[in-house]
Amino acid sequence: MANLAPNGLEAQAQNGKDNSNLKPQNSKPGMQSNPAEWEPKILAFCCNWCTYTGADLAGLNRMKYPDNIRVIRVPCSGRVNPQFIFRAFQKGYDGVLVCGCHPWDCHYTAGNYYTRRRFLLMKRLLEYAGIDPGRFQARWISGSEAAKFRDTISKVTEEIKALGPNYKLKEE
Amino acid sequence: MARVGVFICHCGSNIASVIDVEEVARAAGELPGVVHAVTNKYACSINGQEAMKQAITDHKLDRLVIASCTPRMHESTFRKMLTQTSVNPYMLEIANIREQCSWVHKDKEKATAKAIDLVRMSLAKVLKNQPLFTSTIPVHKKCLVVGGGIAGIQAALDVAEAGYEVTLLERESSLGGKMVMLDKTFPTLDCSACISTPKMAEAGAHPKIKLMTSCEIAAVTGYIGNFQVTIRQNPRYVNHDICTGCGFCEEKCPTKLKSEFDQGLGMRKAIYKLFPQAVPAKPVIDAEHCKKLTTGKCGVCAKLCPLACIDYEDKESFVTDTFGAIILATGYQLIDWPGSYPEYGQNADLISGLQFERLVNASGPTEGHIQRPSDGKEPKSVVIVKCVGSRDPAKAKAYCSRACCMYAAKHAHQILEKIEGAQVYIFYIDVRTPGKGYEEFYDKTRADGAVYIRGRVSKIYEEGGKLICKGEDSLIGKQVKVEADLVILETAMEPSPGSKETAALAGVSTDNDGWLNEAHPKLRPVETQTAGVFLCGTAQGPKDIPDTVAQASAAAAKVLGLLAKDNLETSPMISAVDTVKCCGCGFCEKVCPVKAITMVEIPGVYNGKRVTRGVAQVNSGLCTGCGTCAAACRTGCIDLLGFTNKQLLEEVDALWQI
Repeated sequence: MANLAPNGLEAQAQNGKDNSNLKPQNSKPGMQSNPAEWEPKILAFCCNWCTYTGADLAGLNRMKYPDNIRVIRVPCSGRVNPQFIFRAFQKGYDGVLVCGCHPWDCHYTAGNYYTRRRFLLMKRLLEYAGIDPGRFQARWISGSEAAKFRDTISKVTEEIKALGPNYKLKEE
Repeated sequence: MARVGVFICHCGSNIASVIDVEEVARAAGELPGVVHAVTNKYACSINGQEAMKQAITDHKLDRLVIASCTPRMHESTFRKMLTQTSVNPYMLEIANIREQCSWVHKDKEKATAKAIDLVRMSLAKVLKNQPLFTSTIPVHKKCLVVGGGIAGIQAALDVAEAGYEVTLLERESSLGGKMVMLDKTFPTLDCSACISTPKMAEAGAHPKIKLMTSCEIAAVTGYIGNFQVTIRQNPRYVNHDICTGCGFCEEKCPTKLKSEFDQGLGMRKAIYKLFPQAVPAKPVIDAEHCKKLTTGKCGVCAKLCPLACIDYEDKESFVTDTFGAIILATGYQLIDWPGSYPEYGQNADLISGLQFERLVNASGPTEGHIQRPSDGKEPKSVVIVKCVGSRDPAKAKAYCSRACCMYAAKHAHQILEKIEGAQVYIFYIDVRTPGKGYEEFYDKTRADGAVYIRGRVSKIYEEGGKLICKGEDSLIGKQVKVEADLVILETAMEPSPGSKETAALAGVSTDNDGWLNEAHPKLRPVETQTAGVFLCGTAQGPKDIPDTVAQASAAAAKVLGLLAKDNLETSPMISAVDTVKCCGCGFCEKVCPVKAITMVEIPGVYNGKRVTRGVAQVNSGLCTGCGTCAAACRTGCIDLLGFTNKQLLEEVDALWQI
């Protein structure tokens, strides 16, 4: 039951991050020609019913957040094929965020439960592949949580910035 | 070669004040596939739409990217506009440069760069768009109502009164449910039977309502507008087509049993009507206890029946019918309190609220005289214990059963009214009386002399012919002992047995406590996640009669909205299977939240031999377009139209590709 708590997924994500000794060292900020100017590019998959609506509400409330984010609208977070995440890293995105409705609140009843399972597997797979698990995150953001969307984007952007550019999977 | 038109909306100054829209249009114009890229003051205005329509003709556009506000705002507006042009309405993508760009960023240069990126992403996606077409499904104008309690009766009557055919299904041998067992209803103290039996009779005699008692759902297939429901008719052993309900058989039956309707306080025969005003007013045989059916010796009813309606050979039978909509009104039952509260002991004078209803009911076993079940004496001191099983997650249910505070007050009122000099003590945790006239009723009960003690009862035991209720008065912080002649436990409601299974057949999920899940607790309270299936009454959660009836009428209104249509338009943005690639693993079937995918056998050839192989098939009436199957598919053969893998991958690639 505990892992079904709304923030359970995020808690687990945090736990995953705590294994710092296992963290692959693929971040090489030192290789930047001008690290001060470098800005990460982050891709977010947002479900149409909750997070995308929450993001729209953030706009409606004129909240400000970093412009590093590029949102792809999907009907449900369960639509996010793991292939999309790999492709994003291959193409050069420095971080990927998957956002959906809170557990129990999925417009399609259960799509976000599949997201959660896939997310946990993907995180481990990415770690195995040498990608810092912090580059791939998931959040539950409802249609009313504009402030959470803003804060999430700001925080994730900061975190990815700290990790530096993604070189590991990027196709040259 | 695709001919894309890109339109960048100023949205007055909403977009243009932050984003250099002319620069976005210029950048878009250089992208491959784009033959026309312009800005527009207000794309959604009539002028804006006319300009886009004109551009479609002038530049022979075959798809559009509109960079404007969120697609949640005007996607439907622009799709509607496209229906008046040569462009398919689904050959459109919207770049959200207002809510997710100009309104959230300050830096003009960066916001413009982001807007260009968003246009590139939308362009990449639209280049992979395929024309999609809505299809229609016919609506079978008939409604199935499952459950013949007050919720089901109300819903059935409302739908039937509007002129549609209704089949009203009831598991018991008569309509009525729990409401008809009650004596009076709070707060007005109307006689429950007096207001519910006319409704039962009306439903039973309504020309548009087909009443099916002793029936259950066996299987449901199909989808909104077209549910094929198999109904199991359990054996009644009495031919109801001939039976007039004369009651001869019931009178002479030698087997006496405790009546379920009277909550074990009265008796019935093995051939019996559930209660005197039963609808239909015809008896059934209790196969478990009938002597003829269990031992083969008896047959009195068959000998006496003047019309020869008794059929000991009756078997269960099945009928299948098609319905456009289903209403689930499967109701509740009270919890089995001795299992959860062994410390209360077992005593004949320790009864549930529903037993008290029968005891105080003029048509009940005591003809309305409140008597102790043990010795028939009139109780002078009565203890009422509330929240037995409710608000007690350690022992039973965490939720509040909502109706108990009020019917406990009603019970107190009835005792004080009927027994002179009686004393009533009510143990409570909180008194919750939200409702019209409810608080006033509670105040009146206290004014009548009911003593409210705030605390739980920890133990009930017998001492000198009295029941001793040991508990705590938490307001004075002291242990109390109350002597009682009769103890009434106001027990928690729980879903009726089998409701979970019935709901599952109709594709409706239940919560942790087994209550049926509505589609949205606030905005879609009588709909379910399965389109065309509705719910009402205590099947959804504990509630009192006014709320139940209101919800039943709400469900009926939703059904009428559906049945009033001849055809339903279905969204074309649903999953599609490439049967050539499908390996028939069935993984999509497992993950589909609405059971829209089934595995079917199709002919194929293997090693030169004709064989059949399993492939997935999507039911367009059921699919809601979530795309969970597309992400789960192992061969990549199932895809979500409008959000295909190709489209989304192009969107991912866009920043680097073009």
